[in-house]
Amino acid sequence: MKITTKLWLGLGTLAALSPIGLYLPDKFKAGDAWGEWGGDKIKELVGYVPTGFEKISSLWHAAMPDYVFKGWEEKGFGHLSFAYIISAIVGILLCAIGAWLLGKLLVKKEA
Amino acid sequence: MHIPDGYLGPITCVAGFAAMIPVWTIASNRVKKTLQAKQVPLMAIGAAFSFVIMMFNVPIPGGTTGHAVGAVLAAILLGPWAATLSVSVALVLQAILFGDGGITAIGANCFNMAFVLPFTGYAFYKIISGNSPATSIRRVIGAGFGGYIGLVIASLCAGIEFGLQPILHHTASGQALYCPYGLKTSVLAMVAGHALVFGWVELLVTALVVKFLQKQEPSLLRVELEVVK
Repeated sequence: MKITTKLWLGLGTLAALSPIGLYLPDKFKAGDAWGEWGGDKIKELVGYVPTGFEKISSLWHAAMPDYVFKGWEEKGFGHLSFAYIISAIVGILLCAIGAWLLGKLLVKKEA
Repeated sequence: MHIPDGYLGPITCVAGFAAMIPVWTIASNRVKKTLQAKQVPLMAIGAAFSFVIMMFNVPIPGGTTGHAVGAVLAAILLGPWAATLSVSVALVLQAILFGDGGITAIGANCFNMAFVLPFTGYAFYKIISGNSPATSIRRVIGAGFGGYIGLVIASLCAGIEFGLQPILHHTASGQALYCPYGLKTSVLAMVAGHALVFGWVELLVTALVVKFLQKQEPSLLRVELEVVK
């Protein structure tokens, strides 16, 4: 088996296992990453929501915020895991296509 | 370490992009000169690996979460400039599609995770591994500690960027406009988490994959020697 095939299989395995990255923080009540809180949590921490933060934080509406389908946020671990795996697969494919195109573009120009 | 929208004020956001535009330009030129056609699939795998490994959030019980980035691994296999491009692709996609890291903070996040991280990590990998053969244990140790140190230094950069905000932007009454925590708190929080926990995850991941490649395809670990010529 070619090494790249093995590496792709490895990436597939990681996508299938990705819900571990969802489960462990929840299990150990780890909360958000430092500095990645929403407005409510900031208010809880420092007593106010910074006005600049309030303006800019909702500037962009991602298609799948936090690797969840919209409306699925409260659906429980099974649904969240499914959405997480789909996100991993979509992310892996899009990253690979993006970097591959970039690489092709750069390498081709040299020839 | 994905700084969201709203935590960095305009000065830092602009500075992030101002720093990354020349880096991306130089990276493209370097990759154009050194990357071989057969390495393009590896660049794709590097970006995809970085994306998916960042989804493995590791908890500090009762505290916070973090993750590895996989940037030093990409630097070892492709050279640090190509790693910058690969990890940038992953970070841009995370920001646009998944809201992980802010759009306005793409410059700063790429500076920390796609530039500082692979370059510092790769430098330590080179120092430790030296001219050892591709299958040497020094390569595994160099890869691991390169990953650890790279991630910790990147987290230091993020901590400084967070911590500058209350100094740069505040109201007359002293309320912060963006990130409310100053340098001491931000740097301590970022560096402590990454030095105590998340850096070790990067160490383990980077070392294990290099170990795996030594067994399966050691020629991949010699690529950088060809690149340097």
